[in-house]
Amino acid sequence: MRKLHLEIFRYNPLDPDSTPHMDSFYLDETPSMTLFIALTQLRETRDPTLKFDFCCRAGICGSCGMVINGRPGLACSSQTKDLPDHIVLQPLPFFKLLGDLSVDTGTWFRSAWERIESWIHTDKTFDPAAQEERMDNELANQIFELDRCIECGCCVAACGTALMRDDFLGATSINRLARFYIDPRDQRTDKDYYEIIGDDNGVFGCMGLLACEDVCPKKIPLQDQLGIMRRMVSIHSVRGILPKKVADFLAKAGCSCGCHKG
Amino acid sequence: MQIFQSDLLCIGAGLAGERVAVSAAEAGFSTICLTLVPPRRSHSSAAQGGMQAALGNSIMGEGDCPDIHFTDTVKGSDWGCDQEVARLFAETAPIAMREMAFYGCPWNRVVPGEHTYYKGGKPFTAVEKTENEGLIHSRAFGGTAKWRTCYTSDGTGHAVLFTLDNRLVQLGVTMHDRVQAEALIHDGQRCMGCVARDLRTGELRAYFARATLIATGGYGRIYKATTNAVICDGGGQICALETGIVPMGNMEAIQFHPTGTVPTDILVTEGCRGDGGTLLDVNEYRFMPDYEPEKAELASRDVVSRRMTEHMRKGLGVKSPYGDHLWLDIRHLGEKHITTNLREVYDICNNFLGVNPIHQLIPVRPTHHYSMGGIRTNKDGAAYGLTGLYAAGEAACWDMHGFNRLGGNSLAETVVAGRIVGQKVVEFLQGDEGATFSTAALKETAAKVQERIDDIVYCRKGNENCYAVRDAMQDVMMENVGIFRNGTDLQAGVEKLQAILERAEHIGLQGKTVGFSPELSMALRVRGMVKLALCTAYGALMRTESRGAHAREDFPERNDRDWLNRTLATWKDPKDTLPTLTYEDATPYFEIPPGDRGYGGGKRISGDIPADKIRPFGNPHGMKESSNA
Repeated sequence: MRKLHLEIFRYNPLDPDSTPHMDSFYLDETPSMTLFIALTQLRETRDPTLKFDFCCRAGICGSCGMVINGRPGLACSSQTKDLPDHIVLQPLPFFKLLGDLSVDTGTWFRSAWERIESWIHTDKTFDPAAQEERMDNELANQIFELDRCIECGCCVAACGTALMRDDFLGATSINRLARFYIDPRDQRTDKDYYEIIGDDNGVFGCMGLLACEDVCPKKIPLQDQLGIMRRMVSIHSVRGILPKKVADFLAKAGCSCGCHKG
Repeated sequence: MQIFQSDLLCIGAGLAGERVAVSAAEAGFSTICLTLVPPRRSHSSAAQGGMQAALGNSIMGEGDCPDIHFTDTVKGSDWGCDQEVARLFAETAPIAMREMAFYGCPWNRVVPGEHTYYKGGKPFTAVEKTENEGLIHSRAFGGTAKWRTCYTSDGTGHAVLFTLDNRLVQLGVTMHDRVQAEALIHDGQRCMGCVARDLRTGELRAYFARATLIATGGYGRIYKATTNAVICDGGGQICALETGIVPMGNMEAIQFHPTGTVPTDILVTEGCRGDGGTLLDVNEYRFMPDYEPEKAELASRDVVSRRMTEHMRKGLGVKSPYGDHLWLDIRHLGEKHITTNLREVYDICNNFLGVNPIHQLIPVRPTHHYSMGGIRTNKDGAAYGLTGLYAAGEAACWDMHGFNRLGGNSLAETVVAGRIVGQKVVEFLQGDEGATFSTAALKETAAKVQERIDDIVYCRKGNENCYAVRDAMQDVMMENVGIFRNGTDLQAGVEKLQAILERAEHIGLQGKTVGFSPELSMALRVRGMVKLALCTAYGALMRTESRGAHAREDFPERNDRDWLNRTLATWKDPKDTLPTLTYEDATPYFEIPPGDRGYGGGKRISGDIPADKIRPFGNPHGMKESSNA
């Protein structure tokens, strides 16, 4: 078994005497070791002040996004056997640093969901006595496919636009809206979506660097969703200008995902 | 100190807490949720399998109804549940699932036509009905007469939690994440909120609320091998127990899951076995049908877990550096099924074990999974002992699970109990006239918490390492209070835990830091965790029978004559080293008098049930879920 060298970013913003620096720790690799096991071991046996976030430790909750050897990813599902013996860990950029490897994703995501109104918009009310509305199973699967986002923040941390533009909604938000766009329970129109993401903080801010999709631990097709949504709001924005035939053609070709709104 | 005020304070923002918050917010009451982590990271999100509700849309669930669901639940509980609550649950579950569909949950739906399903590892075909196309589908889970488990692929908890949290954003519920509740504020009669620690800054703050809900999930971290998330440390139960007034119910009722993976203890869903996965031993022999000819791998969890342990004790487990284990085989389900319907399982095996389940066997062993016990409440979710205090979900002992809960029933409980308790909280708030908040009570509570923090930070009572004390407790729970229990080991376990409790009084911080200290979070919890462990171990020692998940080798019979009851554990004085145990009837009445479960074997000692305790079977009161939509 190897001896691992973990080089970890340290900084406590609440401590006026703290300065950002890297600390080195050495530990023996064990079978099936993940960064969850390694970091927990470090905190419990070497440095109890080391700050990082884990919750489910099973790649489901999205707590442990960090930059692992230069690449955003989930620490809990990173097996040390897949990494070199020198492992450099840094907090996700973009989010507010709480200390060491811990960043405040919660506040950012909450505000993003308020901005994009991440809920089903409907004028119906729930009737406890009624049978559920029917839905095609394939569509349910498509919705869940996009709903699998665990809000780890890796896509935003890896995003060039987000680093330049604080208000950029990021791939995660556009993906979330794409999920509502294909959901027939949500009664929002193209115009409504245009109001939310039809600017530089939304779909037009993306520079197409594709890092979001590259680093997504759930392998969600983020760029496809961005393309679909950008096309939809673009067509909406020129609908009044284009000849009707062209607009109709574009609208029909609009959604390549095969959804009912296509 | 910052003081926040609201009508409802939800401590915990998983599915149960959020569903209660929705009811309160819909009724116009101000609501604040406290949570250790951003709400969508709650442990609810890790539940893969599904929620049981008798919708009866799928062909294998045809003819299902709340009566059958109720019956399965009572049998599953080994007659330890409150039958009034189990009935309320079964009747409400279909409504709660449809409500989640309305809010946007992408439930899997019925696809008409011929499908290949698996039962006991063997494929068979069934034809889904055209008239049910697009209604909520269901899959098989252990211990049920019908296929009843509503699901979203194998991310059901995640999908429902996101759906519900979206609803909270819509309703404008205030969310305070990274906050740890440390003590309830009360005057011995009425709960008024809590004192909490801000996990961003380490500062104390206080919450005044007319109603306080504890929905913090289970306390699985008292065991070393647990499928529970690292945050499932029993914080809510500890707050309630340390009031000295509020009792815990059935803390000895602990469920082990048959398929925790080795070595990380991450759960792979019962859906694997529901869909046809099998359990193999060291010789790759399928052993479950030998023990349970009819249900095989789909007997209830306590039975499967015990049979696995029994089989490994015969020397037929697979040896590994992490101890013995068995194999779960899902290879025959095929690549398409595994990478779609069981994708999380596929990911877990690849990402955490380095195993590809399409071609390889998955190492599994029974692992602590679920706590049936918790804060004892009445059927309205109101905790015993303090007015204005409620509990729901795994944190509570509401008690529809008794001594064993069925797969898919606990995830369903979160939103079903949340719906029912939410309505009751609303009624409480509507009828509550001018609650007075006592600043004196707040100051007293805050001072106690601050003193304890100072004791730990400045090592005023010693410098025991909190992690060492926690490890010692976890080892005792694994060795002495595990799947098979006996008087000798339990007695020894209780004594060891008492010594560990003493050590917990002398914890001191090893590392000094400014602001938030992660070590302090654990240091503040350990003492309470040891108390929860003692409630579990002592309750198990005193319960001289075997019922559901509580299996005593020295008392193998289920004893309905002497033990058809619920353990209540109270920690009356902070200086006590054992909880005070009392007992109450398991259920106010029986729709189904105690009988045979039909699986699990085992003998019974019958007791006489008074005639006035027996009610006719089948929703006798025309129980209807009240509409609050």
